[in-house]
Amino acid sequence: MNDILVRVENIRKSFGKNTVLDGVSFDIRKGSVKVIIGPSGTGKSTLLRCINMLAPPDSGKIWLQDTELTAKGTDLHQMRQKIGMVFQHFALFKHLKAIDNVALGLIRVKHLDRSAAYKKAMADLDKVGLAQHADKYPAQLSGGQQQRVGIARALAMDPLVMLFDEPTSALDPELIGEVLQVMQTLAKEGMTMVCVTHEMGFAKSVADEIIFMEAGHILEASPPQVMFSNPQNERTRSFLHKIAELYGETL
Amino acid sequence: MKFFAALVDYLPAFGHGLWLTVALTFIAAAIGFIASIPLVLAILYGRKAWKLLAKGFITLVRGTPLLVQLFFIYYGLPALGLRINPFVAALIGFILNSAAYQAEYLKGGFLAITTEQMEAAYSIGLTKWQAVRFIIFPQAFRFAIPALSNEIIYLVKYTSVAYIIQVPELLSQAKFFASDTFFHLETYLLIGAVYLALIWIVSKLTDALEKKLYIPGFDISHLR
Ligand SMILES: Nc1ncnc2c1ncn2[C@@H]1O[C@H](COP(=O)(O)OP(=O)(O)OP(=O)(O)O)[C@@H](O)[C@H]1O
Ligand SMILES: [Mg+2]
Repeated sequence: MNDILVRVENIRKSFGKNTVLDGVSFDIRKGSVKVIIGPSGTGKSTLLRCINMLAPPDSGKIWLQDTELTAKGTDLHQMRQKIGMVFQHFALFKHLKAIDNVALGLIRVKHLDRSAAYKKAMADLDKVGLAQHADKYPAQLSGGQQQRVGIARALAMDPLVMLFDEPTSALDPELIGEVLQVMQTLAKEGMTMVCVTHEMGFAKSVADEIIFMEAGHILEASPPQVMFSNPQNERTRSFLHKIAELYGETL
Repeated sequence: MKFFAALVDYLPAFGHGLWLTVALTFIAAAIGFIASIPLVLAILYGRKAWKLLAKGFITLVRGTPLLVQLFFIYYGLPALGLRINPFVAALIGFILNSAAYQAEYLKGGFLAITTEQMEAAYSIGLTKWQAVRFIIFPQAFRFAIPALSNEIIYLVKYTSVAYIIQVPELLSQAKFFASDTFFHLETYLLIGAVYLALIWIVSKLTDALEKKLYIPGFDISHLR
């Protein structure tokens, strides 16, 4: 089917003796939003880092449209710009102003001329509500603002899919909302997204599917209604309860 | 005073010595800095052979006394048919040393940068060398500025060692003057003050550079 954007096929990944991903498979449809949840150390971050080949899997295949990323000889630098990534600790380029963080890839990877690059970068900053902070350095921005710059930086490359690795877990509670709101807007506009997050409100309102991972496996994958009302697996059930307690959400 | 009267006659010689000291310092610092970049890149990102070569070079330079190196270049190399004038011999020695030390200081700057920076660079499609050039190096350099500034200050003082291989730099001139006139106390007091002034100027210059390159969030005060 050609509306499948990303295909993850039985990937395995170990660090030394520690098997982190133990045969993970799923498809991501164009325009869909997947939320990945699971206990700490289960391999959620590793899974995302496999998808954009920052941590290439030991075996298994990953496809982005018709390109097999795991194939030898794939131009990963060319492909990675099509996969946006948003980091838990923002990972902004600290020596560059917000606008330069966003424009850098446009200039160096997409080879836009400077004025076109800055125009586009400004539009992307505006999209996340930060046009007026374009000339600030990361250290001069709040966590929520930094994360929104991170989203704009990824967006600027016009990615086919965006990966979010706990984008709000390093934020003070009062700053989480502004980031989730940007993500929500993106989802509504049809951006294909894979989000590792334990913000269940967000998951409920925009996810097409929630994946529960444990110990390198997908234990359960189902739409939020099913996942929340009738989890199939006992482990899923108890994990959801734990999150509910932690985040004070009623499921 | 007799001392000052004698000094006036020697002023041109002192001027020349000062000029050589300054030239040795700045040429060695500048070329040493440029050379330190491929060295540190080889150590951190290079293929094995380059890495070994760079590490070997640094081990050799740091592991042997400066004077031994200068003697080797000035007295040793002529045995291989390479006759070098004292200034150039000293300059070569200082450049090699400064490159090795600056590479180490730069390395410290690189190590202060989290792997996330590299991953973020890759995630927007930069290649490894683009990431190093546009993301990692500019940050590493800023972290290394205080150490690099210190290196220049050391260099000012180290250049005085060149006197031993007949470079007529500041200390050599002082030595001539003192042994000619027997004003040992006054001469070395004066020359000490001149070095102090030079170093004061250098530290003002590097402070200005640090200010000019200042970026919020790169306050290295918390690392000190
Ligand atoms: N680069 C690495 N080298 C060695 N081990 C690693 C590396 N990256 C991850 N791991 C290990 O892999 C396991 C899974 O890590 P990962 O970060 O993917 O988990 P996670 O599900 O994202 O956890 P968290 O919820 O805490 O972020 C952990 O045991 C971790 O120590
Ligand atoms: Mg993680």
